[in-house]
Amino acid sequence: MSDNSNVYLIRGARVLGGDPGDILIRNGVIEAVGPDLEAGGAQKIDAAGLIALPGLVDLHTHLREPGREDAETVETGTRAAALGGFTAVHAMANTEPVADTAGVVEQVWRLGQQAGYADVRPVGAVTVGIAGKNLAELGAMTDSAAHVTMFSDDGHCVSDPLLMRRALEYVKAFGGVIAQHAQEPRLTEGAQLNEGEVASRLGLAGWPAAAEEAIIARDCLLAAHTGSRLHVCHVSTAGSVEIIRWAKSKGWQVTAEVTPHHLFLTDERAENYDTVFKVNPPLRTRQDVEAVREGLADGTIDAVATDHAPHPVEAKEAEWAEAAMGMTGLETALRVVQEAMVDTGLLDWAGVADRMSVRPARIGGSEKLGHGVSIAEGAPANLMLYDASAGSEAVDPKTHASKSRNSPFAGLPLPGRVYATFLRGVPTVLDGKVTK
Amino acid sequence: MKRHLISAADLSREDAIEILDTAAELASVSSRPIRKLPTLRGRTVVNLFYEDSTRTRTSFEAAAKRLSADVINFSAKGSSVAKGESLKDTALTLEAMGADAIVIRHGASGAPHRLAEWVTGSVINAGDGTHEHPTQALLDAFTIRQRLGGPQQDGDGHRGTGLDGLRVTIVGDVLHSRVARSDVLLLSTLGAEVTLVAPPTLMPYAVSTWPCEISYDLDRELPKSDVVMMLRVQRERMTAAYFPTVREYRRRYGLDVGRMALMPSRAIVMHPGPMNRGVEIAADVADSSRSTIVEQVGNGVTARMAVLYLMLGGAEENS
Repeated sequence: MSDNSNVYLIRGARVLGGDPGDILIRNGVIEAVGPDLEAGGAQKIDAAGLIALPGLVDLHTHLREPGREDAETVETGTRAAALGGFTAVHAMANTEPVADTAGVVEQVWRLGQQAGYADVRPVGAVTVGIAGKNLAELGAMTDSAAHVTMFSDDGHCVSDPLLMRRALEYVKAFGGVIAQHAQEPRLTEGAQLNEGEVASRLGLAGWPAAAEEAIIARDCLLAAHTGSRLHVCHVSTAGSVEIIRWAKSKGWQVTAEVTPHHLFLTDERAENYDTVFKVNPPLRTRQDVEAVREGLADGTIDAVATDHAPHPVEAKEAEWAEAAMGMTGLETALRVVQEAMVDTGLLDWAGVADRMSVRPARIGGSEKLGHGVSIAEGAPANLMLYDASAGSEAVDPKTHASKSRNSPFAGLPLPGRVYATFLRGVPTVLDGKVTK
Repeated sequence: MKRHLISAADLSREDAIEILDTAAELASVSSRPIRKLPTLRGRTVVNLFYEDSTRTRTSFEAAAKRLSADVINFSAKGSSVAKGESLKDTALTLEAMGADAIVIRHGASGAPHRLAEWVTGSVINAGDGTHEHPTQALLDAFTIRQRLGGPQQDGDGHRGTGLDGLRVTIVGDVLHSRVARSDVLLLSTLGAEVTLVAPPTLMPYAVSTWPCEISYDLDRELPKSDVVMMLRVQRERMTAAYFPTVREYRRRYGLDVGRMALMPSRAIVMHPGPMNRGVEIAADVADSSRSTIVEQVGNGVTARMAVLYLMLGGAEENS
């Protein structure tokens, strides 16, 4: 008698939103895709009406461990990821201690393995202690068990142009990429909110769009000059989209991401100084939201990345200037993308798969682990099932698996529901709930 | 009246005129031998001050005491983080003490908004960061109306009137000024035509969306001003490239006797204090008969009495 515990037959799913069909998974691999498949003893999943997408890949996640386990742990963060349909997340380096050595990145990677909800791909710091002074041992992190290929001082900008140039050059030796948090530090001293009508009225120090765009322009030129790979984190302004579009038109190796919140929310949300809307880069204007949507639709922006940034309650229950920056996003990302991009006609489901799985997997190097690959015979079974027609239920952060509750979408009705997530053929989420 | 007074934008024209009229009535109390009304007996007003501001705190204290309220001064100097207790915990403490109104001065813009979420009493903004200072705007409006408002000059002659058609020029560090933000909102609500004058570096981004005119040229604005309000130039701005030197600032934006002569004969000079004599305002201008600077201080008590009276006492009468 054969063991059928690892055999799943998904019935009637619409792969990339296409025609309904079945997907047969055995021992972590997609055995067949097609109509009316049969497999005796397989666990059957009724996916009629559901959309099947390759498992989502997040290029920008703050899992907070080690150091800030009160905000999130690798386990709670990856549970949240699985519930959002993600099978791989890139854990940002600004932990305590900073992920700037082989030891720390291996620790984070192992914690991900142990938790088992999603593949954790640690991002290494570019500079020691993300202090922007000396290059961290990037090669050692690449050679470690974590196989780091993406490096970022996220939260801080590698603002020193010479250091940025060297980092871009250095990682060419092992196919690495520098993910830049673009923020000119002098232009953003004490900055609290997008420099615009709202910040001026509220008396909050402005964070000008030019401070982001100036760094992106500089880094694109450096990437061109050195022939290196640049990835631009959380693009938030219309000007940034234009600069990246121009850099890509030159054939330079520049990629970019946008967060769900920058696709959806504007600085007007800060009207009442509600600190859940404090984030870096800040929420911008309606014109910026339109521009990043357009950039994502035409492929100028390659990926949606959550910048999931959990914070404990007390870090947000404060005066605006004192409050922590960042918002959670893993468990709402796809729903926001549906609302902002799909239901508006800007992107179809194949496009969503491209921007939330295929391209981020390519940028972050998780293709080799079987992420961001087509749902086709012989492929690793990393995929998710999504109910796009689920009624618009208001987001309730209290129900989230993340340890933190700082969702800017709280109370907003968003469409859709993640039904299931499969990591190497094993469901991490079924019927919207984690399986273990 | 609304429950809280956090922004001058909270006040409609009717609200603002009601406060000014009430202040005019209460002004008579200050000239009585016994300067006290029993209106707020048994009510508790807490002065929660995160920044040193003797003048504003004592002004609120005097206002509350003249209305017979119990006053608690809660000084929480430094940021809440430095102090170790969060604003929320302080708010809950004051709530437990039974504060009917909390007058808050805080270095962070928006702190009164946050406070209002955590207490049931009234929150009165006594200046928050670079955001607003609405009672300063009320005392400024009161002073302007008293000096220049309406045709009648006797007793209650200005009752029910706004500041329609008066031209108010506000000069200086608008970018960092909570007084300027509240003044622009309130004075324009009352019908005044406000012009802001500053070097472009000290003008807020998107200031063109505000209900006022913008100018970089003081000399051009002075001949058409009924009121010239000079703002304090903070010492820390002087080293942050907002302008080259104090000397140059004074030359282009300071108000001296020569410039004062450009103003129409009945025009007045105002300053919210504290002044930098010899920087934004020359000593002989500050001490001239056109200056209302000392008057503003006295009117501050009166205007704050009116606010407390209407927010705490008035509500009781209505119910």
